[in-house]
Amino acid sequence: MVKPDVYHSLGLSDKEYQDILRILKRKPTNTELAMFSVEWSEHCGYLCSRKWLKLLPKTGKYKTLIGEDSGGIIIDDLAIIFKMESHNHPSQIEPKQGAATGVGGIIRDIFTAGARPIASLNSLRFGPLSQAYNKYLLNGVVNGIQFYGNCVGVPTVGGEIYFDESYSGNCLVNAMCIGITKKEKLIRARAYGRGNAIMYVGSSTGRDGIGGCSILASNEFKEGQDKRPTVQIGDPFTEKCLIEATLEAINTGYLVGIKDMGAAGLTCCTSEMASAGNSGMDVELGAVPRREENMEPWEIMMSESQERMLVCVKKGKEEQIKKIFLKWDLNASVVGRVTDDGLVTIRDNGKIVAKINAHALTKAPIYDMPYSKPRYLRKLNKLEASKIPDAKDHNKVLLKLLATPSIANKAWVYRQYDHMVQTNTVVLPGSDAAVLRLKGTDKGIAATTDCNSRYCFLNPYRGAQIAVAEAARNLVCSGAHPAAITDCLNFGNPKKPESFWQFKNCLEGIRDACRSFNIAVVSGNVSFYNESPKSAINPTPAIGMIGILNDINKACSQNFKHEDDAIILLGYCRQDLGATEYLKEIHHLTKGDVPQLDLKLEQAVQKTALEAIEKGLVNSAHDCSEGGLAVALAECCISNKDKMIGANINKLNYDMRLDALLFGESQSRIILSCNQDSAGKLRKIALEFKAPFYVIGKTGGRVLRILNDTEELIYLSLEDLYEKWGGSLQKKIEG
Amino acid sequence: MKFGVVVFPGSNCDQDCFYVIKDVLRKPVKYIWHKDTNLDGLDCIILPGGFSYGDYLRTGSIARFSPVMKPITEFAKNGGTVIGICNGFQILLEAGLLPGVMLRNRDLNFICRYVYIKTENNRTRFTNLYNAGQILKIPIAHNEGNYYIDPAGLKELRDNNQIVFRYCSATGEVIDQYNPNGALDNIAGIINRKGNVLGLMPHPERSAEKELGSEDGYFIFQSIIKWLNRKRTW
Repeated sequence: MVKPDVYHSLGLSDKEYQDILRILKRKPTNTELAMFSVEWSEHCGYLCSRKWLKLLPKTGKYKTLIGEDSGGIIIDDLAIIFKMESHNHPSQIEPKQGAATGVGGIIRDIFTAGARPIASLNSLRFGPLSQAYNKYLLNGVVNGIQFYGNCVGVPTVGGEIYFDESYSGNCLVNAMCIGITKKEKLIRARAYGRGNAIMYVGSSTGRDGIGGCSILASNEFKEGQDKRPTVQIGDPFTEKCLIEATLEAINTGYLVGIKDMGAAGLTCCTSEMASAGNSGMDVELGAVPRREENMEPWEIMMSESQERMLVCVKKGKEEQIKKIFLKWDLNASVVGRVTDDGLVTIRDNGKIVAKINAHALTKAPIYDMPYSKPRYLRKLNKLEASKIPDAKDHNKVLLKLLATPSIANKAWVYRQYDHMVQTNTVVLPGSDAAVLRLKGTDKGIAATTDCNSRYCFLNPYRGAQIAVAEAARNLVCSGAHPAAITDCLNFGNPKKPESFWQFKNCLEGIRDACRSFNIAVVSGNVSFYNESPKSAINPTPAIGMIGILNDINKACSQNFKHEDDAIILLGYCRQDLGATEYLKEIHHLTKGDVPQLDLKLEQAVQKTALEAIEKGLVNSAHDCSEGGLAVALAECCISNKDKMIGANINKLNYDMRLDALLFGESQSRIILSCNQDSAGKLRKIALEFKAPFYVIGKTGGRVLRILNDTEELIYLSLEDLYEKWGGSLQKKIEG
Repeated sequence: MKFGVVVFPGSNCDQDCFYVIKDVLRKPVKYIWHKDTNLDGLDCIILPGGFSYGDYLRTGSIARFSPVMKPITEFAKNGGTVIGICNGFQILLEAGLLPGVMLRNRDLNFICRYVYIKTENNRTRFTNLYNAGQILKIPIAHNEGNYYIDPAGLKELRDNNQIVFRYCSATGEVIDQYNPNGALDNIAGIINRKGNVLGLMPHPERSAEKELGSEDGYFIFQSIIKWLNRKRTW
């Protein structure tokens, strides 16, 4: 009998230990116990979430591909593979390496599917920059992303960064990667065919990252714990060589399957490849290349050393494959053979140290977690607007909002990332979505990540719907058809019913929004236990969305292009003050219900914008999000620093609170600019789709001026706007 | 006429350079693996950008020991056309094919963005299609682009007209404000004394197509082709 404190320390419960005894019909060896502990960790086994993940639609208007470790869509003869994954806890402890290995891990998930990684994005959340540790985290994370991404030669083209107190003590680092390949070159993470070789390729194995997924990722942070040794160390140079070698090896046609040794390392690869292939495998640890001496079998099986992969190679082709990896100075060693007994057999110099049924090992128990609506919401959702005074000076408010780190220009960050390598980036970072061309075709893809976690905190269901709707809106503004989603679901401790209620409601929100747009969720990741000693994070279901441009030459960006263009607002301005950035930054309130979302209206607005862009009628398009209409207009004016253009908004006539008009965050709104003589054609398109259409002013001059009826609300020079928006983040980081 | 693009382990702009030569300029091009030593039939060698050997040591300091560098040095000594872009420039410095060294960027951060550079010398085989003083919009992406050389070396570069590109404003002012990385004398690119080896930090292969936002870099490659063609008809 293994003592409870031993398996407890590995993160296994009493019941899970009993399950293990039942599966094995004997006491587990140390190695077996270690293997179960990582495969059955929440991070790898999705024990709490699996039941609910089934809700997410797997099909949509584009043909989908769902693989073991990633998913994608088919466009003509191309497969576009993408996925987003969290690396939150490692980044909280060691931000540079945590973020770096997050980038490396997700890139491996893409090229092990046979696709060349062509772009990375990342969705980041930190506590306020007024706290020194948060500044350290932001610096470290950005440093890690640039260190890894720049060297590995995959452009970091987009993403988002938000700041909120709830992330103090538990930052979020969600990394997304996109890859493309000819669809016939795709390969799965499976091992089958008795006698085929199991080959270990890539870096050697050390003690880094042992227990990363089971101990670190599947628990919340408590005071005074030192978890640094569980963080892995990244080597982007080796990864770059691994990309080239792997794609070359896949090209030979001699590979049966391939899988990245990410979380849970060799344990995960051996058991999941065997299980997915309905086979078994017999593996000799003595053949595993190592960088440390005297490693125990269980340490080798749990190590999360980076830049390693397990490959199933057709029998007799081992030498050819080995040659490719050796050319790139990478390890390549046959460590075992495929069997047909359904068992994962692990040997240490001949001696069997583990023998487990692959299906049993990979089928972690499913838990039905209790959930309940948090009681605090009733009070928080109530907003007594009459008690909140309207601002006296709206100019001041706009300048303040533009300078808040969540809204301010992120150039300080994305300029540290190589976002142009591979020469596909047509719309650079800083617009609503990044746009990449697909060489050799007229098409392009757009990509974005989105999630307003304050919305998800105050109303998880609608907040998640808005995350999907806004991601789609961002893509539409760049001229793309929303096509498919990867989601990275960041939540608190799933054992707390209030946390789990947030999770369940967010999932339902994503499901319903996806159905409305007819798009699928092709891949994703769940990260629970995002809690600091003080509190859980805001629920953050980050949505990574891909869109397709049928004509890359029609790609659109957010900044005004010409003087004297008509400025058009699609959508309605309602009195949506609740949950806004304005309330939080100016009135220090996280209160109210989140803005209404009418998915029909959303579709009408998006279809209008997209059709107008595709017809070449539109010169710029930008969605209204945090900070509302005023912030969006300011961004249209100043986001191209080399060619800033003012605007005169003189046709608004609303009977509502002026702060709500300027800074309210009503959904389903897009600001377009077009040549004056195109406005009529645009109006017709809007009429056809039944989208609200208003010409609200025109571009030109060196000032942003906003009137409501005859009352001047905003009058600010472009220089003043840019000074606040352009330089604030850097000042806060370096100051 | 044939181009060769060297592939060091860790090069990551090799495929971009290859693409521009093959699909944009439509000229013959092949990859040269860093262990190959045969440059037969090649008229122009491109050392591409990237992180050769990870650049965990000083940039380019390992790549210069790659087997391919020996024949490239010979090729250059015999007047062959060699262009080093970004990491390729750094390797040329380490290999002694160009004078000077690279320091880390002044603000100690990697910088990826468009800059403007001024064509200070248009009488080279790399710049013959530009006007004197022409301003180019071209991206940079590097951590170590802060060019340095001792005062005597700088004087030599100036005296021999070896400074080909300087960082400048959109209107061509060469002043410190428009120097992205702290490079001495705003130097963005230099040639050797003989004029057959160019090193530059900006990426012409990233600005050779209209849909990417600038075509200004295209004419570096086109200048080389023009020069190679002219040579052949002599």
